[in-house]
Amino acid sequence: MTVKITIGAINKKAGSSKEYKTGGWRTMCPKVDLEKCISCYKCYDYCPDGAIKKIEEGIEYDLDYCKGCGICANECPVKAIVMVKEEK
Amino acid sequence: MGEQKSMTIKGNMATAMGAKLCRPNVIPAYPITPSTLFPEKMSEFVADGELDASMINVESEHSAMSACIGAAATGARVCTASASQGVALMHEMLFIASGMRLPMVMAVGNRALSAPINIWCDHQDTVASKDSGWLQFYAENNQEGLDLMINAFRIGEDKRVLLPVMVGIDAFVLTHTIEGVDVPAQEDVDDFLPPYEPPHGKLDPKEPATFGSFGTPEYYQEFKQAQVEAIEGSRDVIDEVFDEYEEKFGREYNKATPYYCDDAEIVLITMGSMTGTAREAVKKLRKEGKKVGLIKLTVFRPFPSPELKEILSGVKGVAVIDRNISPGAYGAMYSDLAAAYTNEKEKPILKNFITGLGGREIFVKNFEEMYEMTKKAVDTGNLGKPVEWINVNEDVLR
Amino acid sequence: MAEEELELFASGHRACAGCGEGTAVRQILKVAGPDTIATICTGCLEVISTGYPETAWEIPIIHAAFENSASVASGVEVALKELGKKEGVNVIAFGGDGGTFDIGFQALSGMLERGHNITYVCLDNEAYMNTGIQRCSSTPYGASTTTSPAGKLSIGEHRPKKPIAAICAAHGIPYTATASISHIPDLKKKVKKAIETDGPAFLHVFSPCPTGWRHGSDDTISIARLAVETGVFVLWEAEDGDICNLNVTVKPKKRKPVEEYLRPQRRFRHLSEEDIEVIQKEVDEKCEKYGF
Repeated sequence: MTVKITIGAINKKAGSSKEYKTGGWRTMCPKVDLEKCISCYKCYDYCPDGAIKKIEEGIEYDLDYCKGCGICANECPVKAIVMVKEEK
Repeated sequence: MGEQKSMTIKGNMATAMGAKLCRPNVIPAYPITPSTLFPEKMSEFVADGELDASMINVESEHSAMSACIGAAATGARVCTASASQGVALMHEMLFIASGMRLPMVMAVGNRALSAPINIWCDHQDTVASKDSGWLQFYAENNQEGLDLMINAFRIGEDKRVLLPVMVGIDAFVLTHTIEGVDVPAQEDVDDFLPPYEPPHGKLDPKEPATFGSFGTPEYYQEFKQAQVEAIEGSRDVIDEVFDEYEEKFGREYNKATPYYCDDAEIVLITMGSMTGTAREAVKKLRKEGKKVGLIKLTVFRPFPSPELKEILSGVKGVAVIDRNISPGAYGAMYSDLAAAYTNEKEKPILKNFITGLGGREIFVKNFEEMYEMTKKAVDTGNLGKPVEWINVNEDVLR
Repeated sequence: MAEEELELFASGHRACAGCGEGTAVRQILKVAGPDTIATICTGCLEVISTGYPETAWEIPIIHAAFENSASVASGVEVALKELGKKEGVNVIAFGGDGGTFDIGFQALSGMLERGHNITYVCLDNEAYMNTGIQRCSSTPYGASTTTSPAGKLSIGEHRPKKPIAAICAAHGIPYTATASISHIPDLKKKVKKAIETDGPAFLHVFSPCPTGWRHGSDDTISIARLAVETGVFVLWEAEDGDICNLNVTVKPKKRKPVEEYLRPQRRFRHLSEEDIEVIQKEVDEKCEKYGF
């Protein structure tokens, strides 16, 4: 997107990075088994992109932003998350 | 209108008093000869409760300008002082302050740049920063130093400008020399300069904004263009503010001020304190019947080409006297003036004179010499050397 | 929404997949909250989060140059005080290891010495990552970087890591701590202490970089954890600069051998058994001083 410049490049659109969907970077996609999930939220804490949301049943992914790094799958203490090949 | 107080003070004290009257909030500063008295005086004013502000005794000039930027972005009115190597050290930050459109004022005790190290007067330090996007004013005397500081805040903070401003006062000749100065009353300066409220944004959790964005090729050139439009737009603002200042405080300022130019064939152009000596030389030459005039350049950035060309209309030869040099090219005033004339059909002969470097004295006889050389170029049609060095100590040179 | 749930470092930033800094900044800002102004310096963090017209920052931030996050923050803090707006507002100065250990060292020292009420957070990925993995004084012994490459005649970086947290503590500042993105409750506790400290605080946050350290993007947290569990990176805190009486906040009961930390990272791949023994010895001596 191209927008108009501001005086001094001061950007008042806080959080406008959300307009760029980094989910397109993925080659591997996380899948969570909510039966196994114990809601420890370690994945939520560790995610560098804030792409994991806390829900009542456990967690869900915001796939618009998940880059598929796999930290969540690696860190899950009960192996509730697996990384599978991204389907395009 | 309050009374102006007559004082006999050094140039640094004059710029400090000018700054003090403008009620800055934050003064980050690092000492360097010959500007040290500025932060010393500001510290005293703060320590005695005469100025409600905070000093930041930073650990280098680079940090001084960095802290100025942080404070100005937060919405504070900011000033500092430096010279020579200090201005050179903060060089990258000068571009950043201007690029981020942060008004602030820096008093510069115009001093030569190393090497060799030299603490005396020339204009290389501010001239080396002429591309930084700061407005630049040069004072002829301490009164001008004080007045230009006040004008600088007002012009820089104008919402049509929003740019930082440098005010140059010559090292030792002005910074450390006592002259009579009329100091405006606080309430009158308050009237002239309202409190600073950044119209374009500030660091505030209530309205979170990002300052100092990464500007990719899609945007950078337009940001630069907007910055240039602002400094071009400042030309009108400078005229307006100078006029208002004259009306209020009774002292006239122009971007370029002519003396004895009306029927002049040859005109000398000077910046800074050498103007005073040049004026004496012109008066002397006039008594001898020579048709010579003088222009004092007060505003160097934005470069006042229109005003200069108007004053120089009909003039045959111009001695552009630069107290700075770009090795391999010319003095700065000469370069800019030559560029302004290059596409004109009618133009005077321009001769560039380099003198006064590193505190070298410029005497009345030197100005007479420069006049003679320019007159000769006009009369013979032979320019001679486009750049002449004046008051050179040949014994030392070769 | 509870403040803790606010994402003040928004998604959509362009950090590498698995970037430790993303995790670090998210968590730090969850503790600091929206009443925070941050300064950042040129580096990965700045480049991935402020590309006009996008910004990942939901708090006010200012980026000025590379070496001056601390001095810009000094100006911000004093201006807030002068304008009567400091109350309840945290000022955090972020710097990468480059902008803290090397080029930013002077500004940092000045800020600490002047006693500003600022929390300085160094996000340490042990090299100049943004410009292509060049060595820094934060680069540990034996690491291969692009300007200290391992080769026939070189072990890679041949100098030890500069003890930045100890140097900052030596300024006598009220609070100094080291933390790791692998130990989030410990990190958050330290961030809270730092921002609640009246005066300067320094936080050294260990933040692995999959791109520069050449490990899997999924390994970032486990590598950080191994650094702590092997004693390569010790988590401690000290008050008033008293590092003789520092408090080690995470003490591994039995330290894992350093090889477990080094092997998954290709930047250490060239190290021989003897090289690893040297590193193990150095870590053993260090941890003895720390009491574990």
